[in-house]
Formats: sequence, structure tokens, C-alpha cells
Amino acid sequence: MGSRASSLLREEDIEEIKRETGFSHSQITRLYSRFHSLDKGENGALSREDFQRIPELAINPLGDRIINAFFPEGEDQVNFRGFMRTLAHFRPVEDNEKNKNLTSGEPLNSRANKLLFAFRLYDLDRDDKISRDELLQVLRMMVGVNISDEQLGSIADRTIQEADTNGDMCISFSEFTKVLEKVDVEQKMSIRFLH
Amino acid sequence: MRMRMMKMLLLLGLCCGPVCCGQNQSDPRDQRVFPVLSVNYDYVQMPFEVSLWILLASLLKLGFHLLPRLSAVVPESCLLIVVGLLVGGLIRVMGKKPPVLDSQLFFLCLLPPIILDAGYFLPLRPFTENAGTILSFAVLGTLWNTFFTGALLYACRPAALELLPCLLFGSIVSAVDPVAVLAVFEEIHINELLHILVFGESLLNDAVTVVLYHLFEEFAHAGEVTAGDVFLGVVCFFVVALGGVLVGGVYGVLAAFTSRFTSHTRVIEPLFVFLYSYMAYLSAEVFHLSGIMALIACGVIMRPYVEANISHKSYTTIKYFLKMWSSVSETLIFVFLGVSTVAGPHAWNWTFVTITIVLCLLSRVLGVVGLTFIINKYRMVKLSGKDQFIVAYGGLRGAIAFSLAFLLSSDDFPMKDMFLTAIITVIFFTVFVQGMTIRPLVDLLAVKKRKESKCSINEEIHTQFLEHLLAGIEGVCGHYGHHHWRDKLNRFNKRYIKRCLIGGERSQEPQLVSFYNKMELKQALMLLESNSSANLSTAVTAAAPRLESGERLRSGSFFFSERSAGEVNARRKPSVKFSLEPPKPPRGPEHLLEEDEELMHRRH
Repeated sequence: MGSRASSLLREEDIEEIKRETGFSHSQITRLYSRFHSLDKGENGALSREDFQRIPELAINPLGDRIINAFFPEGEDQVNFRGFMRTLAHFRPVEDNEKNKNLTSGEPLNSRANKLLFAFRLYDLDRDDKISRDELLQVLRMMVGVNISDEQLGSIADRTIQEADTNGDMCISFSEFTKVLEKVDVEQKMSIRFLH
Repeated sequence: MRMRMMKMLLLLGLCCGPVCCGQNQSDPRDQRVFPVLSVNYDYVQMPFEVSLWILLASLLKLGFHLLPRLSAVVPESCLLIVVGLLVGGLIRVMGKKPPVLDSQLFFLCLLPPIILDAGYFLPLRPFTENAGTILSFAVLGTLWNTFFTGALLYACRPAALELLPCLLFGSIVSAVDPVAVLAVFEEIHINELLHILVFGESLLNDAVTVVLYHLFEEFAHAGEVTAGDVFLGVVCFFVVALGGVLVGGVYGVLAAFTSRFTSHTRVIEPLFVFLYSYMAYLSAEVFHLSGIMALIACGVIMRPYVEANISHKSYTTIKYFLKMWSSVSETLIFVFLGVSTVAGPHAWNWTFVTITIVLCLLSRVLGVVGLTFIINKYRMVKLSGKDQFIVAYGGLRGAIAFSLAFLLSSDDFPMKDMFLTAIITVIFFTVFVQGMTIRPLVDLLAVKKRKESKCSINEEIHTQFLEHLLAGIEGVCGHYGHHHWRDKLNRFNKRYIKRCLIGGERSQEPQLVSFYNKMELKQALMLLESNSSANLSTAVTAAAPRLESGERLRSGSFFFSERSAGEVNARRKPSVKFSLEPPKPPRGPEHLLEEDEELMHRRH
């Protein structure tokens, strides 16, 4: 491990990633060169520091959460497969995909999976509910330091009140989906990966 | 008592003095009877007639909505044109010459309110998301329409026309008209994407139309066209479009800056908005730049800052005045179009007119289909066949085409009357046939309609969340796309621009918080208007003084939210669910307040 040969991308790997995520060949190679340029330690995997070096993430209010989303439970390194698997959520939805037979059943970039990805960014403790505290944390990150806690609390209360249908003072995934049904998630959560 | 009598007599004498002198000036010798009642119509003729026309238009609007069956089938624009025809016929029968839609009146008085209304309330998010598509339809689509129509018209040679007049005619007749589009699309409630595509195209193609019109007019005047002239034409297009936007931007920034200091003179705040916008339009027209683009740019740029600075009452005033003026303008335009049809000199030429209509339809369909084929390669949400059909079918022509044709000089263009007749026919065809059939077609094709959505704080939060998320992911991919630049612009806006243009502590307020405050304010006003249950009277009286001063309901909203938190804890009594299910607001202009401002509603 750690030798140059294992950090180069092999054809079989490309084929597997293609099947799993639906990216095209050129997109995979292009993203691999990006992965490689981020990987300062040259060990075929990215650590949290590698991500924190990206300037756009440093100034992004959700930077830490986005970084965490790349790393699977409890791990500190993400390899190229994991990197691509996370990015696959942001592929634009194509109509002819509905006919393709992908290994994982539902494609990673379907509307439901996109929403699940976003939901998991709110829901840190993975209990499938966005509690008031988790919502407050996200609001605080987005809004900055000038707003008082009370006002933020009232916004959070209002948000939960609007979305909550079963009265448990938390937003479950189905309530989250329902609230966003009018939002064009397919367009808002997609990046145009150049061919 | 006697003193009072004396004073009255004195006053009467003083009044009679000048009046008698006035009379005596014309007839020094004759002893005429003092005229108690005299008629002097010439003195008030102009304002009187203008007011009469506007009153007629407004009464018509009232009338249409009292006939529900008619207004469900026929769009208002058609009815107005028919009324215009009737009025024109009436005037003709009375022996006088009906007034024609004067181009100067149209471009300087009737068009700006409609465009300002559209620009100020332009839904910015869908517009910027589809900006590429809209621009390509506006620029490339209009160019294609012009040259296709002009060239084929020349090839068919219906009246031995030269190439340049054909191309000029093509440029006039190919521009999609914002007034007609607004009038028809507003009633059919299609989904936001299609609405913004057609409407955005109709607004932005003004730059192309202005350039092409002046270009061909100059060429026809000069007689010879060189390659250099064509190159200059292209340069002219960029100058016109970007210049218009620049002028609008400058005035928009000025308006925003001025609104920062208006906290002590709240009453004239709306006036600044209107004046700066109108000046932007006029300044752009001085240099033959695109006035429409200037107006749109001014409205779009000044809106976020002005709304942060002005009081709620001024905001409501601006909204209502814009809606009122644009509504009256639109009515007048269509009525005048009908009257002008009866009035104008006509030169009917069967071949010319039929070829024109056929070519207009054909070029529109081909243009839309061809462009969509190319654009879909770059879009994330592709345009389906149904969408393309609606976009093609919604390309209505209107009064701008008529006015541009009217401006042509008869010396250079002896066939002006034929052009006018053909254009009027095309306008009638598009407004009547396409306008009336688009509603059943939309239902037939099951095109997605606009979803009636209330303001939702959830949507706002999650949309902002997604924007940040996408900007971050683009950073990870090293991809400088749409989200990256939008994020950069937002940050720049927050750091530098908001500080200059928004006064007081509002400049530091994040967008989310102002959205929330606005929502709370709207709910409070709705409560006040709908007289809900008695145990909210304390809430109302606590909030009322803050509403009076027109300031943001900061602690007021805190008060509401305390109540709402209390409700949540006390297992929500259904009778006091004011924050979620407010009682139905009364039908009428009041409920325009609650509607999503992003939507462009005109009348209800």
C-alpha cells in the first residue's frame, strides 16, 4: 500500500465506479485528477486536512458538515470510490436513466437519495429526526453571530411547527420530503459535471 | 350682522370686479347680461379627455369581472380590443377622426409602468437560473425570426418589395411582446419555468429589436450596406444592451442610496422609486439604448436595498401604485389598439398578410425547436416537447410592433400602410386565436400549472442550505460553476454593498432573518384584518403600536413566537392556530398583501 501503482486508476476500477455511480469515463478520469491534486500525502486517500485546505470550504458556513459527509462512519480516510460515491448524489437526473439497470437498485442521484443526503447533513446523530437543537446549530452556522439566541429559537420553532405533522417536535425524513415537494430539488442539487 | 353683510358684499364686489373687467375687455361697448353660467371646454379639454379615457378603461375592467362566464373563456386583452373597435367605430360614425395610438404617448407614458411593474417584481431566482436559456431565445431566437421572415418575404415578393424593407418588417413583427404575453399568461397560471422563459424572452428581446430596427432604418435611408456596417451593427447591439443595463444599474444604485436617508420623510419614499426608474428609462431612450433593459435593471438592482430601508407602508404603496398603473396602461394600450385599427389608413394586400402570418408562425416554431435542441445539451432540467410547444405558442405580438411600424416615415417606406395593416392582422391573430386557445390547450396537454405556495420558512431555510452545500461541493470538485459565482456575489454583496446602501442596523441582518420578519409581519396584518378570537386581542394591541411606526416587528415577532412556543407546549388548541392555518383572508385587494411577492399577480 502506498506505492505509486495502487494510486493510479485501473480500468476495472473505472468500470466499477461507472456502474455504481453512473458517471461517464471522461468525468471519472477528470475527477480522479482532482482527487489526486487534493491528495497531498499521495497515499490514495483523502484526510480531513486535505479537504480543509480547499479555500471554498474554509469560508463556507457548512464546510465542516460537508467534509464529514464524505467520510463514512468513524473513518478518517476516504478513498476514490467513496469520494465518487458521495459526488454521485449531485449528478443531474437524466430521463433515460430510469431504464438503466444499476447495481444498487435506485440510482444515487435520484430525488429521494439527494434529499436523504441533505437530510443527513442536518441530522448529525443519525436518529432519522432533525431535532430542534440540530436545526438551531445549522441556523446558527448559516446566519452568523449577530442574531440573538431567542430570535433564532423562534425561527427554529416556527420551522418545526410548519413541517411537523405527527407532533413529535422533530422533522422526520418524510416530513422533510413533504416540505420540499414544491422545490425543484433535481435542479437545485445538481452540478453540471463537464463531459 | 351688518358687518357680516358688508363683508359679504365687499367680497362679491371684489369678485365681480375682475370678472366684469374680463368680460369688458372683449366687449367694451356692449352692455351684456352678466353670465352666471358659461362654458369653456377648451380650457380643460386635454386633461378631461385623458381622464375620460382612463375612466372608461377602468369601468371596462369592472364590467368584465361582473361577467364571469365571459372572462373565463376570453382573455381580457381580446375583449379590450373588441371594445376599442366598437369605440373607434362609434367615433367614426359620429363623424370625427378616431385617435391613433401615438407612438410617443405609447413609448413614454403607457409602456414604462408595465415594464417597471414587471422588472420590480421579477422573480429573480428562476430568472437567473434560466438566464442562459432566456438570453438565447431572446437574442438568437429574435435574430432567426427576423432574418427568416425577412428573407422568405423577399423571396416571395408579394408586392415587389426590396430586401431592406422586408428585413425591417421582419424585425418589427418578430419580437415577442411583453404586454401581450403578460396579459394572456397571467390568466392561465402555467408553471413558473415556462412563464419566466416566455416573459423573460419578451423583455430581453427589446435590445435586439431596437438595434435591428434602427440598423435597417439607417440602411434603407443610406441605400448601401457594407461589411463594416454589419460589424458596426453587432457592436451596436452590445452597446445598446449593456449600456441600457448600465444606465439602469446606476439609477438603481442611486435610488437605493437615497432610500437610506428617507427615515424622516417616509411619505415621499415611493416617489423616489418611481422617479429614479422613469429617469433611467428616459435617459436610456436619449441615447437610443434599450429603455426596457434599463428599467428592468434599475428595478432588479434597487429592490433588495430599497425594501430593506423603506417602511412597510411605503412598500405597500409602491406595490399598489405599480400594479394600478400597469393595469391601467395595459387596458389603455389594448383599447387604443382597437381604436387605431378603425382609424388608421389601411392597405390590404391578401398575399402579403397571409404570407406574413404563415411565416411568423413557421419561424417561431422552427426557432424554438431548433434552439431547444441546442440548449437542452446545456440544461440540467431539459425542456420537453410540451414545454417547447407552449413557448412557441406563447410568442404573442402586441402593441410594440404596431408602434414601431407607426414610427416609420412614409417617405422612405411608401408601403408603410401595408405594413401597418399586416402587423395589425398579425397582432389580432396572435392575441385572439393564440390567446383564446392557449388556455384549453394547456389543459388538454396537461402542462404543469403554477403551484399555489404560501411563504414557507422551511423552503427558504432549506434552499439557502442547499445553495451553501452546492457551493461547497463545487469547491471540492474544483468546478467554478453557477453556484460558485452566486456564492461569491452574495458574499461580496454582504460585505461591501449592503453596508453602503442599507441604513442602520438592517445592513447586518441576514436574509433569513428579514424573510422571517416579513412573514411574521404578514401574519400579524392578516390577523388584524380578519378579526380572530378574543384571546388574541392582547397580542394585537401589543403589536399594533409597532405596526403604526412602520418599523420591523422585532420584539413583536418574539412576542408571537413566545405565544406559539406556549401553544406548542400546551398541546395546540386548534382555535388559536394562527401561525399555521390563518383564517381565510377576505377576497379583494387586501389579500394581495399575503401573496408571495415573487408572483406577478395583477388583478383579483
